[in-house]
Amino acid sequence: MHLDHAPAHHGPAAVSADVTRPDGARRALRIGLGGPVGSGKTATVAALCRALRDEVSLAVVTNDIYTREDAEFLRREAVLPPERITAVETGACPHTAIRDDISANLEAVEDLEDGVGPLDLILVESGGDNLTATFSKGLVDAQIFVIDVAGGDDIPRKGGPGVTTADLLVVNKTDLAPYVGADLGRMAADARTQRAHLPVVFQSLRDGAGVRDVAGWVRERLTAWTA
Amino acid sequence: MSRSALLVLADGRFPAGGHAHSGGAEAAVAAGRITDAASLEDFCRGRLHTTGLVSAALAASAALGADPAELDAAADARTPSPALRTAARRLGRQLLRAARATWPSDELDGLARRFPKGAHQPVVLGLTARAAGLGPADAAHCAVHESVSGPATATVRLLGLDPFDATAVSARLAPEADRVVERAVDAARRVAGEGVDALPAASAPLLEILAEAHAGWSVRLFAS
Ligand SMILES: Nc1nc2c(ncn2[C@@H]2O[C@H](COP(=O)(O)OP(=O)(O)O)[C@@H](O)[C@H]2O)c(=O)[nH]1
Ligand SMILES: [Mg+2]
Repeated sequence: MHLDHAPAHHGPAAVSADVTRPDGARRALRIGLGGPVGSGKTATVAALCRALRDEVSLAVVTNDIYTREDAEFLRREAVLPPERITAVETGACPHTAIRDDISANLEAVEDLEDGVGPLDLILVESGGDNLTATFSKGLVDAQIFVIDVAGGDDIPRKGGPGVTTADLLVVNKTDLAPYVGADLGRMAADARTQRAHLPVVFQSLRDGAGVRDVAGWVRERLTAWTA
Repeated sequence: MSRSALLVLADGRFPAGGHAHSGGAEAAVAAGRITDAASLEDFCRGRLHTTGLVSAALAASAALGADPAELDAAADARTPSPALRTAARRLGRQLLRAARATWPSDELDGLARRFPKGAHQPVVLGLTARAAGLGPADAAHCAVHESVSGPATATVRLLGLDPFDATAVSARLAPEADRVVERAVDAARRVAGEGVDALPAASAPLLEILAEAHAGWSVRLFAS
């Protein structure tokens, strides 16, 4: 091969997971956020942008299923300048676009680096899907799975690839637990059983609980990425 | 010609971004033009003999070694709708990424340098076929197959059409698809002597018009 291949990685450059860009610079860390519809992925992305935008150069890719609402919401909330937010269309199959055929997402990520880079961090939000939808390692370097207490407190017990293998599990909307009769203690115990040593954060974007922990986890990833 | 390589390239699961596109089926379903297997077959037949033929000839020509930039310009000239040109370039860029990872070749790297934002998909398809050790007819077969299978699988998702019925549509069109491939390859072989004007320019005005309308929808399942 010619030019620009990353160390310990053969094949054409900038094809997917290569850690260097065609110009030789290190590319941005990519973190995926997956989870069921309505669990709070977009709200978590917004919270992360607010927490990190003064420290690092970041951008967001959303994967809506049939609208561009997530991207529009983020632009409306002005969590980032509009040119740092891109929507990918997924053809009715959100999990395909983040796992089986990641072409459109890789293109979006590259265009952001070309257009508004250099970037330190790109957050990729998946279209809401079922509990088996996880990101390809060709697309992201780490993934956060977001579930919420109102979706049923038995979700951690049921497991599935998202709950079991995500690098960080966020159990969101803890403020709603009293109203839906969710047992947070049981959710925490079940998550520990399913995930062994992998971290879990209980978060509420209403009262702010856990928000700093999620941002802190992303900061640790960034430190490791640039080390 | 390696049949196995052809199957890899023609596989609907080849990760080149096609799953997000309906080949005009989403707009046609909304316009009431595709409602069942019979109307899907009519739609696909129309596509086969227009977009399918043109794409197949472009792909065959690229596989024979014609200049990609000239072919890309010829594809532009044969695609009146800006939305379809954008979609074709986007799909070309995505295919190129997958192709470079799958069949690394200097020619594909050169294409990526020349068209960083993507060349028309059939042009990339033809060069991908070359890189995979395939010939012009193989490239043309992939193009016509996509021109029919794209709308057929999208219609399964859009209408809940019985997947067996949709697949049977593709199968019934197969003999016609073979003939389209022959025409496409014949035209492509003339490009060396006559230039890209030898390529067919069959167009489907309604596909172009519906694609423009579709690009303006705010709620849709498919990118095109
Ligand atoms: N009560 C409560 N609502 C939340 C919380 N986080 C998000 N929401 C709301 O849940 C709804 C869905 O959130 P969204 O981020 O769009 O979910 P997504 O589909 O996973 O992206 C929105 O109305 C949010 O305002 C939370 O911590 N507590
Ligand atoms: Mg969302």
